[in-house]
Amino acid sequence: MKLLELKELSKNYLTKKKVICALDNINFDINENEFIVLVGPSGCGKSTILSIIGELENKSGGEIKYNKKDIKIGYMFQEDALFPWLTVLDNCMLGLKIQNKVTDENKGYVKSLLKKYGLSSFEKSYPKELSGGMRQRVALIRTLALKPDILLLDEPFSALDYQTRITVSDDVFKIIKEEKKTALMVTHDISEATSLASKIIVLSNRPSVVKNIYEINMDGTNLPSENRKNPKFGYYYNLIWKDLDHYES
Amino acid sequence: MKASEEHKKYLKKLKWNTLKVIFVQILILILFITIWQFLSDHKIINSFLCSSPKKVLETTINLWKSNDLLIHVWVTLKEILLSFGIGTIIGIVFAAFLWWSPFASKVLDPYLTILNSLPKVSLGPIIIIWAGANQNSIILMALLISVISTIISVYVGFSHTNKNSIRLLESFKANKFQIFTKVVLPSNINTIISSLKINLSMTFVGVIMGELLVSKQGLGYLINYGSQVFNTNLVITGVILLGVLTSILYFLILLIEKKLKKDW
Repeated sequence: MKLLELKELSKNYLTKKKVICALDNINFDINENEFIVLVGPSGCGKSTILSIIGELENKSGGEIKYNKKDIKIGYMFQEDALFPWLTVLDNCMLGLKIQNKVTDENKGYVKSLLKKYGLSSFEKSYPKELSGGMRQRVALIRTLALKPDILLLDEPFSALDYQTRITVSDDVFKIIKEEKKTALMVTHDISEATSLASKIIVLSNRPSVVKNIYEINMDGTNLPSENRKNPKFGYYYNLIWKDLDHYES
Repeated sequence: MKASEEHKKYLKKLKWNTLKVIFVQILILILFITIWQFLSDHKIINSFLCSSPKKVLETTINLWKSNDLLIHVWVTLKEILLSFGIGTIIGIVFAAFLWWSPFASKVLDPYLTILNSLPKVSLGPIIIIWAGANQNSIILMALLISVISTIISVYVGFSHTNKNSIRLLESFKANKFQIFTKVVLPSNINTIISSLKINLSMTFVGVIMGELLVSKQGLGYLINYGSQVFNTNLVITGVILLGVLTSILYFLILLIEKKLKKDW
């Protein structure tokens, strides 16, 4: 089922000196339970698409069709932005508090997520006591607490070192699949994109258009770290590499 | 076993280092008092002009005996706490208003800068005319001196709140009030505390200035009166009492800071 359709989406940034056309005629759909990854050269407006879908920025033209009533969108950022003055549990409850949805049921849900993903003994800890990977899991649970229909992930792993990145990718992927969420992620890392995605959308240089869309099929849903060893991994990697390479040079 | 012994040694060293610092700090104080006393005992400095520790102590005891000490200290303390409290509240509320309205902050920016660099003491005479020769003038004086810098430093902190934290709250569809109470205020505790420290010393300056201009009681009055009757003992005693008062209040702020941040 199509959850969301982007139709001829465009975005201009206005400065004193000029008008920068960031997005020009972007079209794609997001289906339920898909894990879509947007890749593209740096500065091409990948993150802008997320901001517009998440209603943090206005679009200049086009249409976003939400095919579900009161669709809920969760956002996860590059920096985990955990608040150092709140405990892990309070950090996870932040969104619920802001939307006045602190019920026993919701609190129970958050606690069950913390337990499920190995954080229940840290409920009363402060973020500084957590490792980078744990912080990212807390940030994801904070987003999941509001039971979003679509998760927007804006380069969620780029602040982590390589080793942690791979394990956290596995963690986040597992959580998203187990909670049966739809995800739209932005990254500039081709191998990360190839290992996580069920569909990869390649954007062109500014003004961005959709250059290619690839369905990734590596026989069954594997963990990202396993996908990296899959024989097809190199094939997809090269496809996307060639797409991007043309523009970077 | 070996590691824990190493740790013990390390802790011992840390403790020893802090002890050394405190020891030298006290030593300097004692040395200063001894030299001062020594110089005036041997008539190397004129004790009539420069007083001496013994005389300061005597003056303090006399003030205590005549029941004046507590009255003067209390009057000054009351004025300081009052203007410090009002100044802090006005400063933070006004800074919040500037954060709330970028338009207002742009409009008011040059005025705040000018007011901040204006020597408020020059307004002393007119303040007395406006507020009368009473405590109101003193508090107004202290407020004028402290509040602008509080507004500016707290506002700068507010406007530099981490953009990602604000975006996060926006993604939760938080309203502006929630963004302020959930992120902007708590993430600026450090800024607020450090501006409180500056605010405190500014308030002292303001209150003493005010007391020098108009007052019948208080440490500023004591200093002023002492200089008029050429009683340097009284002047220096007043200054030292002020120093003691400042340090007590400063430590109180440090205590509050520790309590606010005990967990993180």
